[in-house]
Amino acid sequence: MSDFLQLLLSGMATGSIYALAALGFTLLWQASGTINFAQGEFVMLPAFAMVAFGAAGLPLGAAYVATCVLAIAVLGLAFKRGIVDPLFKFGMMPIVVATIGLAIAARNGVRAGYSAEAHPFASLFGDKLFQLGGVTVTLADVGTLVFALAIVFATQAFLQKTVTGRAMQAVAQNTESATVLGINVPRMIFYTFAINAVLATTAALLVTPAYLAKFDMGESLGTKAFFAAIIGGFNNSRGALLGGLIVGVAENLAAAYISPAYKDAVALVLFMVVILFKPQGLLGRKVERKV
Amino acid sequence: MNHLVRLSQIARSLAAVGCLATAAFAAQAQPIKLAGLYELSGPGASAGTMFKNGVAMAVKEINESGGILGRKLEHTISDTQTNPGVAKGLATKAVDDGAFAVFGPVYSGSIMVSMAETRRAEVPNFTGGEAAGITKQGNPYIFRTSFTQETAMPKVARYIANNLKAKNVAVIFVNNDFGKGGRDAITKALADVGAKVVADVSTDAGQLDFSAPVLKAKQANADAIFVYLNEEESARALRELRKQGVNKPIVGETTLTGQKVIDLAGEAANGAVAHVGLTVDAPGANMLKFKARFYQETKTISDHNGIKGYTGVYLLKAAIEKAGKADRKAVVAALHGLQVSAAKQPGVLLDVSVDAKGDLDRESFIVEVKGGKQEVKEILPPLSKK
Repeated sequence: MSDFLQLLLSGMATGSIYALAALGFTLLWQASGTINFAQGEFVMLPAFAMVAFGAAGLPLGAAYVATCVLAIAVLGLAFKRGIVDPLFKFGMMPIVVATIGLAIAARNGVRAGYSAEAHPFASLFGDKLFQLGGVTVTLADVGTLVFALAIVFATQAFLQKTVTGRAMQAVAQNTESATVLGINVPRMIFYTFAINAVLATTAALLVTPAYLAKFDMGESLGTKAFFAAIIGGFNNSRGALLGGLIVGVAENLAAAYISPAYKDAVALVLFMVVILFKPQGLLGRKVERKV
Repeated sequence: MNHLVRLSQIARSLAAVGCLATAAFAAQAQPIKLAGLYELSGPGASAGTMFKNGVAMAVKEINESGGILGRKLEHTISDTQTNPGVAKGLATKAVDDGAFAVFGPVYSGSIMVSMAETRRAEVPNFTGGEAAGITKQGNPYIFRTSFTQETAMPKVARYIANNLKAKNVAVIFVNNDFGKGGRDAITKALADVGAKVVADVSTDAGQLDFSAPVLKAKQANADAIFVYLNEEESARALRELRKQGVNKPIVGETTLTGQKVIDLAGEAANGAVAHVGLTVDAPGANMLKFKARFYQETKTISDHNGIKGYTGVYLLKAAIEKAGKADRKAVVAALHGLQVSAAKQPGVLLDVSVDAKGDLDRESFIVEVKGGKQEVKEILPPLSKK
């Protein structure tokens, strides 16, 4: 039983990181109709930025803040202006293809320009262990889970409780009506991209100590986050959280009780089941279109 | 008139001699081509980069001291991307480009595939691969730069049984040629010393999350955990073992305590014990000099892969000098049964011998990671001296 609880906890910690990346997927989709297949690389790039800031002598906290600023400029503003805005008028498919290309370019750019080797990354929470009801709990797992959930709930609260957040939701629901209401639509869309950049940087901060900073670290993370977003519901931010946790816990349990070899297949199986029986996702809502 | 005839004969003779000398000089001056096929990207990037740096440093040193039999070495570098198919293609290209010898790949899965090309072209191929199967295929052109698993694992098993008094062992291995070969060899070696494997945990090459494999090993309640993974995965596993508070002895073979693993795993590497064929912390002036020079060249501390690449080139040098000419067949013949003394050929770092299959024999070490560094606990003699 204690093993199960430990698996559950570490699965939830991993799942909460998937949720951060998945939340980015859902936010971009809702605000700008964009699916960003470079989301995994959006986690990898800040990891390397933090490694570089760390090498320059910045402590981890300061490196995280500096990377958030840099990520908002590059992964938020530059990504929006350089790729999404020019291609938006041609529909979703060119953006999808462009982000796949961006992912390949980012991976190979880091490999060629920095290094193909893995780099160590300091942990925010250290290696402390403590016993909780017979279960060995690691500070890293608890810290990751709490920190990631805090970021997810803060994002939710921002979207629902603040004027800016509601304006962003209004833009997501109906751009034309939002414009008529006097909302600055381009600015709201930029805010979404900026939030996505911060979420990706936070995911990098939490996942890189275990994964190590490497040019291809974002590949599987991006895929899992995409599956999590679909499982939870692409048009619901809470769905991203649920999907992330389900994928994290399910793959951990499968690896321990079935075989580690099947671990990566779990997310795919869940994804296929959800697509077949509830295509809108567990918490997603059906979208009807009038012809 | 006679004088004129004689003069023209002398002139012709001189011209002919000149031509021959020029041709001979040109042949002598031609560099000896070494084609390096390394894992510079993909999961094997850490191992491949170290191996490449070792080869490059040896080539530089040899060229600075005048080359081998007066001929300089020319080292080309290619990236196999840790992909056996790419490695095979690059081996074909190296052969077509007239490589005298091929260095790499380091990954067993890649060399198993690519060595068919070097064998076909009768080109000596030095590898960092440790899978037992590499030298079991009767390929006379393959030469190791490290121990085979069948040589190393009995030493590990003896340490587990005699020093740790462990009866039940959990084995975490990587599901590739290297890992499966190691798993088979340690299982057999443990059985020979009366210990048994109570958890057989397979992981994937490039695996990022080790929480489940570590938990599975923990659940087995073994007396010791044997970890046999590649560099980055070893570091992730050590971090996870530390994270989950595993307090059983963690034992490995070579890779587990490599410098790259220590750098990546940080604190979590402390306490890990491994049998290593090559370590920069081995006693001796040659190794100390190598360690300092490698650091000067690359700003990194060499792990066993750096030493493998470096000593491999010097092994080739010793063979060419023994053969007396840079002729592939003669050099291959010289390599089989070659015994090199580190006193006479300092570049091999430790006395070494090569058997008829291309396997190596030399002394080895049991090391423990303490304070982020390897410490030699025990020196094990070469098998031939037992």
